[in-house]
Amino acid sequence: MGMTITEKILAAHAGKDKVRPGEIVQVRPDLLMTNDISGPIAVDVFKSMGADRVFDPEKVVIVLDHFTPNKDVKAAKSSTKMREFARSQGIVHFYDAGFGIEHVVLPELGLIKPGDLVIGGDSHTVTYGALGAFATGVGSTDLAGAMALGEIWLKVPETIRFEFKGKPSRWVGGKDFILLAIGRIGVSGALYCAMEFGGEAIADLGMDGRFTMCNMAIEAGAKSGIVEPDEKTLAWLAEYGCCRGTQGGPGSGISSRTLDWLRSDRDCTYKSVIAFDVTDLEPQVAVPHLPSNVKPVSQLRDVKIHQVVIGSCTNGRISDLRAAAEILKGRKVSKWVRTLIIPGSQAVYKQALKEGLIDVFVDSGAVVAAPTCGPCFGGYLGILDEGERCVSTTNRNFVGRMGHEKSEVYLAGPYVAAASAVAGRIAHPEEV
Amino acid sequence: MEVSGRAWKFGDNIDTDLIIPGQYLTVQDPQELGKHCMEGADRDFASKVKPGDVVVAGHNFGCGSSREHAPLALKSCGVGAVIAASFARIFFRNAINIGLLVLECEEAYRRTSPGDEISIQPELGVIKNLTTGEEFKAAPYPPLVAGIVQAGGLIPYVRMRLQGKDREKGGA
Repeated sequence: MGMTITEKILAAHAGKDKVRPGEIVQVRPDLLMTNDISGPIAVDVFKSMGADRVFDPEKVVIVLDHFTPNKDVKAAKSSTKMREFARSQGIVHFYDAGFGIEHVVLPELGLIKPGDLVIGGDSHTVTYGALGAFATGVGSTDLAGAMALGEIWLKVPETIRFEFKGKPSRWVGGKDFILLAIGRIGVSGALYCAMEFGGEAIADLGMDGRFTMCNMAIEAGAKSGIVEPDEKTLAWLAEYGCCRGTQGGPGSGISSRTLDWLRSDRDCTYKSVIAFDVTDLEPQVAVPHLPSNVKPVSQLRDVKIHQVVIGSCTNGRISDLRAAAEILKGRKVSKWVRTLIIPGSQAVYKQALKEGLIDVFVDSGAVVAAPTCGPCFGGYLGILDEGERCVSTTNRNFVGRMGHEKSEVYLAGPYVAAASAVAGRIAHPEEV
Repeated sequence: MEVSGRAWKFGDNIDTDLIIPGQYLTVQDPQELGKHCMEGADRDFASKVKPGDVVVAGHNFGCGSSREHAPLALKSCGVGAVIAASFARIFFRNAINIGLLVLECEEAYRRTSPGDEISIQPELGVIKNLTTGEEFKAAPYPPLVAGIVQAGGLIPYVRMRLQGKDREKGGA
């Protein structure tokens, strides 16, 4: 009996030839990650555990991105605590306010490679599965334990395979695919499972779209999301990365043999296989208050909006900004829609500048802000008032997620978000 | 140690934004977090709940963010246990790690009404509804998880392991 890619990665990190779903294994992660929300509690817990040094200062990454640049004094104190911890522990990969959103930054820096096992103090750690890594989120105490011991326990998840067939229209991408899947299975449809995405539409999808898809695996309750790495993955890795890939880029260590190994075996066991044909798929929108309340955009044309947010760990990459700029070029956003565009990292920001996208945004009347998670979770920036509605490229539309408990968030991809900003209501890109 | 109190009932998919909204995530003090517990679902919950009371919820309790602030808020405002038909995995781990009692039992959820008197024997996984006289058995923990629960959470568990490592080093 063969294994899925997820089982193979877990087995390799547990020092075993084989693992089975349901089995509990102790694994040694390649990388741990934390931020200014899970980090401050983790630092206290780390000390309470009697720990002195992190297991490996090169393998603990700290990114201050949620309430940064500091929202207020409390946020400043959280940041200070993390900065002091980073300094005293000799943390190599410490990235301060505005550098970027963790899940955009880590892949960009070449810190994640196919086959890696990554544990992060953030639920959207699942994003890295796009590179063929096993990555999952934990809370502060688990993270502190892993920082102290260099290992953590995990239950081997069952895998659900999602097959995407067909050629989608130009307005449809990774966000629409993943919303479609969550809409089909529900917010607990993949509880405790790994979601494995494949099929011709995934092979055709760019890496940014794959990041978006894996990012939202958690919104179906999944432990992880993953795409089997291919030549596209390697090409992307070759383009990025500086930190670990001192010998010619982070992709360079990956042989074709490793790529073959990083595939689910033909005789592996899936919990189930779910197929989608995306040929005639309309752009998808998740309406309040669950990411599974998914509707095609054409059913929502009467929904008036007050704000648009384009950015986040879900859709803050360069392809997302290019999509938004394609719509906003030569157009103005509605006078009654505040439009906030947030590049996911300084690298994305710089690339957008180079391509003239920032000019397009400012000319359209949108506001461009420094990289931050702020608005996505109602932390700061773009907080909604009672009765207000926002179309957002982020990942959650829970009650009160972006501010007042009587505000509403509609989740969509960057094309629909930009078109809606122009129309002043939820709109298909072809309507503007 | 037995836990007993009144049942506070909630539905499916109680997310971590409902348990503790994002605006409070700069707060790390458990007492302060407790004041805002469940604010998104029931604004007055923190002032109404009494020590030992039990949250009884449907499927996917604690879905969403990895914020440990959520189980910390529940624990520090006095909630003695959370019984749910199922838990989101990060919340479940976090609760076990910080020593908040979490029990998976769909039957108990379906057959409990708000305000029922609940009594729990954690070691046995036995849930009694004293109001109706019914008794339920929660899903058992895997042995490793039971070990963490027995140690009183992950902090003492890791402390013991680190001390063991030190002893190994000392002996070598």
